[in-house]
Amino acid sequence: MNAVVVTGIGIISPLGNDFAALSAALLAGESGVRDVPELQQVGGLRCQLAATIDDINPKQIPRKFRRSMSNMSIYAYLASQQALAMAGYPDEQLGSGDLGVMIGSTLGSTTTSENFFHDYFRDHSLERMKTGTFFKLMGHSCAANVAQSFGITGRVLAPSAACATGCQAIGYAFEQIATGKQQAILCGGADELHPLTVTTFDIMNAASRQFNQQPAATPRPFDRRRDGIICGEGSGILLLENRDSAVQRGATILAEVVGFATTSDTSSIASPDVGAMATCMQRALDDAGVAAAEIDYVNAHATGTEQGDIAEAEAIARLFGNNVPVSSLKGHLGHTMAASGSIELAGTIGMLQQQQLIATRNLEQIDERCAGVDHLQQNRVQAVKTILKNNFAMGGINATLIIRSVVDD
Amino acid sequence: MTEAEVIELIDSSLAEEFELDRADMAPEANLYEDLGLDSLDTVDMVIVLEGAFNFKIREEEAIRAIRTLDDIHRFVLDKIEQNS
Repeated sequence: MNAVVVTGIGIISPLGNDFAALSAALLAGESGVRDVPELQQVGGLRCQLAATIDDINPKQIPRKFRRSMSNMSIYAYLASQQALAMAGYPDEQLGSGDLGVMIGSTLGSTTTSENFFHDYFRDHSLERMKTGTFFKLMGHSCAANVAQSFGITGRVLAPSAACATGCQAIGYAFEQIATGKQQAILCGGADELHPLTVTTFDIMNAASRQFNQQPAATPRPFDRRRDGIICGEGSGILLLENRDSAVQRGATILAEVVGFATTSDTSSIASPDVGAMATCMQRALDDAGVAAAEIDYVNAHATGTEQGDIAEAEAIARLFGNNVPVSSLKGHLGHTMAASGSIELAGTIGMLQQQQLIATRNLEQIDERCAGVDHLQQNRVQAVKTILKNNFAMGGINATLIIRSVVDD
Repeated sequence: MTEAEVIELIDSSLAEEFELDRADMAPEANLYEDLGLDSLDTVDMVIVLEGAFNFKIREEEAIRAIRTLDDIHRFVLDKIEQNS
């Protein structure tokens, strides 16, 4: 099996639009959650907050490529462009067939869907439908748009597993490079905010609604006063490469991906199971050939929901006891859905670089039902080499990645 | 609408849809070689013109012969005259 490394990171996030900005904002404990007036117009919707994207310029993308992109593909394009640039990936290799694209989203563009049907229901005519509509609606819109725009001719895959999408995309890319099917893969997740996403969680009483007047005070992973998720948007894209070819071309290596597991929790399509979460983490440890005692930090999925945070804390405690520091980055970033796995993994690579663990924002009083693990309530300077990162999704999809610093002890 | 108004509406609609620089939109400009449009744009161009002038032209054989901006101007002006 080939060793697989990260050589480039691109970020479009509620906390900044490149990797350096994200890392600095996380370290400073900033919040990307904002008041979104559009959500106040939705009848019955109780959550009026979201973690949204600012300050991007879609027009830097040539119109020929942009015409088939909704916001999620624009985010994925801009993040991919950053990742390729950071890696110094040679232009002449883009079309070699050695580079693939694995980028997923929760759905195709819901905004495009809404606009199309809004027009269609006027008179049930399709005569006003433009050619770009389908390319924004299709399930592999982000992956296909990125491949087309950069002339990438290798494998294209668009895994879709809601909140586990980004984590799965990186895991599948890791496996494809490890087994020699591709030398390098641009991978991660992207999503765009639409009121439907917020509503989906709100109707299940899983969206935050008590903090509409204090956006920065929510979500509150593992905290007693947590009251649900804050939906977000963005894209995190990593360039994974075969270590040998990365070294050969003189690339700077940011981290190594050493393990991955993804499993199906069939106990419920919506509610997490402690045992299933623990099994997924254990399988990732087995895949990496790493003992639980070798993990220096667990980056939790913890979104700030009642059930999910309790189950994950218990699952982490089952494997690691109280010995491994744990935090969630959702308190800073909200839940960027399909992008959360890859944006948050990038955050953990920042922790490797800084040798400093980032605390869970808004975790003031630990819910006793989430106790039993070493919760980070303040940033902690300590040696960090190996990190385990979770993402758990609606549909019973669990995913865990393990990464390692390449800096020698 | 005067002929000049029709031409202005065509040019402004296409400039907005395809993000064209009005300075490049000389009547003799070739849609493909000079303005950079392609086959998908041609389909969207028909929809834009149908919306701007409230007529149906999708099935018109003459569309296939359009190459320049002036061809579009003539085609639309003829169509308006036929409908009047």
